[in-house]
Amino acid sequence: MAAGNVKTFTNGFIAQNPTFVQVLGMCPTLATTTSAANGLGMGLATTSVLVMSNVVVSLVRKFIPDKVRIPAYIVIIASFVTIVDLLMHGFTYELWKTLGLFIPLIVVNCIILGRAESFASKNGVRASFLDGLGMGLGFTGSLVLLGSVREFLGNGSIFGLHLSNMKMFAMILPPGAYIALGVLAGMFNFIGIKKAKAAKAKAAK
Amino acid sequence: MSVGTRLFFIFLSALLVNNFVLSRFLGICPFLGVSKKVDTAVGMSLAVIFVMVMASIITWLLNLLLVAMGLPFLTTIVFILIIAVLVQFVEIVLKKTSPGLYEALGIFLPLITTNCAILGLALLNVQQEFSLIETIVHAAGAGLGFGLALVIFSTIREKMELYEIPESFKGTASALVSAGLLSMAFMGFQGLVKL
Repeated sequence: MAAGNVKTFTNGFIAQNPTFVQVLGMCPTLATTTSAANGLGMGLATTSVLVMSNVVVSLVRKFIPDKVRIPAYIVIIASFVTIVDLLMHGFTYELWKTLGLFIPLIVVNCIILGRAESFASKNGVRASFLDGLGMGLGFTGSLVLLGSVREFLGNGSIFGLHLSNMKMFAMILPPGAYIALGVLAGMFNFIGIKKAKAAKAKAAK
Repeated sequence: MSVGTRLFFIFLSALLVNNFVLSRFLGICPFLGVSKKVDTAVGMSLAVIFVMVMASIITWLLNLLLVAMGLPFLTTIVFILIIAVLVQFVEIVLKKTSPGLYEALGIFLPLITTNCAILGLALLNVQQEFSLIETIVHAAGAGLGFGLALVIFSTIREKMELYEIPESFKGTASALVSAGLLSMAFMGFQGLVKL
């Protein structure tokens, strides 16, 4: 893999993390992270749609007239979402029931349309595939992180593994989602500001 | 339960108990994005209420057609396209017929297409097998609930501008934490209505 490809792939992990840096796709992030496992399921479902739609958008990018490109992308994305929805209904019924409304709502997740418009419509198939995979995994990572924090504080476990007797039940309820994500975002900013200051001090020397 | 009570309960449930923003997590992007000023929050809320009611009626009728043709798996694709077309259509009609309202809602209308609250509402209506009147009442409740949360939140954020917040918590982080506190207040309505 060339250096450029590696960068395309890892871009979504931290530098352009969809949740903490770009603040996209907030609804599923907040709604489905009641446990680490749910966050992982939602993240992987979104990743698979993102990878497939990125590849297809990149394949057809030269045939779609500029004026109708957004509706065309939406149809492509909606088709893949329907496929994922039906597959999950068939094979992972429990997860499908828990995530519920938020599986069809992957259609309106701004990350997917955002990547189609800003990356896949301008780049080749391989780069688009890597970009989709990287962004998707970055999104999955943030969901698992948030899900773990909430599950640990609310239920004393991570991925169902009992760790402590902590029972702050509010963390699993809606308010906990907002507060946990807010505090995590604040911590991300704190690290970012510290790093920027360190870099500045280094440059001054 | 009489029809009137049921309708009232559906309305109250969508407005307060299962508030779209604070308890169902639908429409977070505009909730965080346009809540910095009360004026814009009011404009956005009006646009959302309007589109929600229109979209609910049309998607309800469309769903009848899809079920009759045996194509319920196409729901997602058809609904999102119809919502996109509807928003465009509303924009054009408003521009022609009432320029005043268009001026007021103008910039917010295109943003609504990607608002998951609209698609979420349409899908919820189908899931819960509401009748047409119940659908309209549910949409009105959901829209007003969205507006209520958005306007309350924007007043909080306007106040917050005046206080000193640690640098790393400025912007989204502090907004999310205060949304959490607001959501906690709305938890008090839990169990108010049982459908």
